[in-house]
Amino acid sequence: MTFSYMITDENGIHARPAGMLVKFAKEMTDKITVKNKDKSADATKLFALMGLGAKKGDTLEFTVTGDNAEETIIKLREFCLKTF
Amino acid sequence: MKELKYRGIAASNGVAVGKLRFLKNSIEKIPSYTVYHIDNEILRYENAEKIADRELEDLYKKAVKNSGEESAEIFSIHRMMLEDPDFHDLIKNNIKEKQMNAEKAVNEASKNFISILESTNDPYLMARVTDIRDISERLVKILMGKTTTSESILEECIIYTDDLTPSEMLQLDKSKILAFITAYGSQNSHTAILARMNGIPCVVGCGTLPDVLDGKYIVIDGSTGEYETDPSEETLIFYKKIMESEKLRKYQLQRLKGLPSRTSEGKNIMLYANIGTRQDVKCVIENDAEGIGLFRTEFIFMEKTSAPSEEEQFIIYQDVVRKMEGKRVIIRTLDIGADKNAQYLKLPIEENPALGLRGIRLCLQKQEIFKSQLRAILRASAFGKVSIMFPMIASVFEIKEVKEIIREIKTELIIKKIPFDPATEIGIMIETPAAAILSDLFATEVDFFSIGTNDLAQYTLAADRQNPSVSRYYRQDHESVMRLIKIVCENAHKAGIWVGICGEIASDISVTKKLVLCGADELSVSPPMVLPIREKIRNL
Repeated sequence: MTFSYMITDENGIHARPAGMLVKFAKEMTDKITVKNKDKSADATKLFALMGLGAKKGDTLEFTVTGDNAEETIIKLREFCLKTF
Repeated sequence: MKELKYRGIAASNGVAVGKLRFLKNSIEKIPSYTVYHIDNEILRYENAEKIADRELEDLYKKAVKNSGEESAEIFSIHRMMLEDPDFHDLIKNNIKEKQMNAEKAVNEASKNFISILESTNDPYLMARVTDIRDISERLVKILMGKTTTSESILEECIIYTDDLTPSEMLQLDKSKILAFITAYGSQNSHTAILARMNGIPCVVGCGTLPDVLDGKYIVIDGSTGEYETDPSEETLIFYKKIMESEKLRKYQLQRLKGLPSRTSEGKNIMLYANIGTRQDVKCVIENDAEGIGLFRTEFIFMEKTSAPSEEEQFIIYQDVVRKMEGKRVIIRTLDIGADKNAQYLKLPIEENPALGLRGIRLCLQKQEIFKSQLRAILRASAFGKVSIMFPMIASVFEIKEVKEIIREIKTELIIKKIPFDPATEIGIMIETPAAAILSDLFATEVDFFSIGTNDLAQYTLAADRQNPSVSRYYRQDHESVMRLIKIVCENAHKAGIWVGICGEIASDISVTKKLVLCGADELSVSPPMVLPIREKIRNL
């Protein structure tokens, strides 16, 4: 399952929000990957996430694979609204 | 006062007595060799990683307790970096495939990640490069059996070191540090500046101390630069008493927090602080300054290999302005010249640097750099109360040109719909005799003055402030300088604008009365001097 999210936070995904996403992703049983333009990253990997260079206005595409994908996406959406 | 045996360079006031602690930070050379027992090497790395993780967990807990969640966060980010599977894999791969020893494998992996972050061209992420270096150094030190900085300070001590970087300083538990003493460096080295900012005594340039002194007693006097290793019982007791009374006084000053800086006649003085980096804001708030009277932006430019971008600067200015929560922040535009250099500016060598292309003169020549700084400052003005100040002004045409540039930038920001505060005050430094004498003309051009007595005294008395052989001719409280200050204050008040003083003289308690009588409305001092000066003002 996928969903898209446009970053509204002034500072994009810098270290702190990336760290929060890592924490979040590790708590989930499903695998979450994030894509920004031509780069993609596993959401449990801090360096890879920071390397996406996602800025305000960029649209992230999240892909969730696993048994609880639907539930995870709901939580993920909430998380994104709060964080980015 | 008893004299001490040796002398270094005085760098931050105060007396300290305690045990020396040698901090050797730099890893001179990372060992490099081919390994054959791959599994052993991987195990060695995994053990080091566990130790590093535990250290960072401890540091995080300590930092939360000492300086709050926000400054502790850095350590939790370090932990995540350390746990990053890509980082692990690359290190293990370096060991397995390339037969690198663990130290080298860590170092190479971190280089790799540094280049990834640098390629994003995002200033936030590029700033994280230091963090990768930190964790990589931590791992390498553990692998090499060296103790890491932060772990070693468990009891009160006097630190002996080459020089500390700001991030190393952040990791130190400052409540345990009685003083700093360094082998090299000047009054402007990192350690000296940070020590002054934090009110910790410091003597620099003492040369190499022999290793046997590690753990032995030492007495240092940061106001004279004197020190004595392995002192006699008598000296020890004498200086301990002084240290205790200084401590007591510091404690007593705390009760002045939250009180107005008002003279007994009811005149309010705006008591601000000087800073040079965004980290200094913490000291400003801790010492209860009412604003920032001088934010020197040179460091942002001097520590880089190329000019900082508008975005990078915006992040820094915005951070400072936000943390000050609506209190005034006076940002001084780049004041660089031949003695304070940045290589990428490619400044020509001048015969008379103090009279050369510096301050506003340089900015008016390198307008692209100037404009990007002004844009960054104006953008930050949307987040609090910002004032912009220009250094080294001597003639009215200079400020007219500056104002024209500001007008252009404001128009540009409006067109691009970028928020800023249109009422951002602009002011000039009064640090040339010309500006002081013409202050009546300048007063109709700007919103405020700030008198920079360090340079004003040097130019008025024709005495180089960095030349020790003319030091007796250089006095910031010289009658000629005081008269100029008086003229400036009178002219400013006639035109209805305010005047501040941001030179070293503002921190000198013995002159506070004179400055207030001259008509100064604002004093900007180093953060640890805020409360002592407030006490003085309240007793006037």
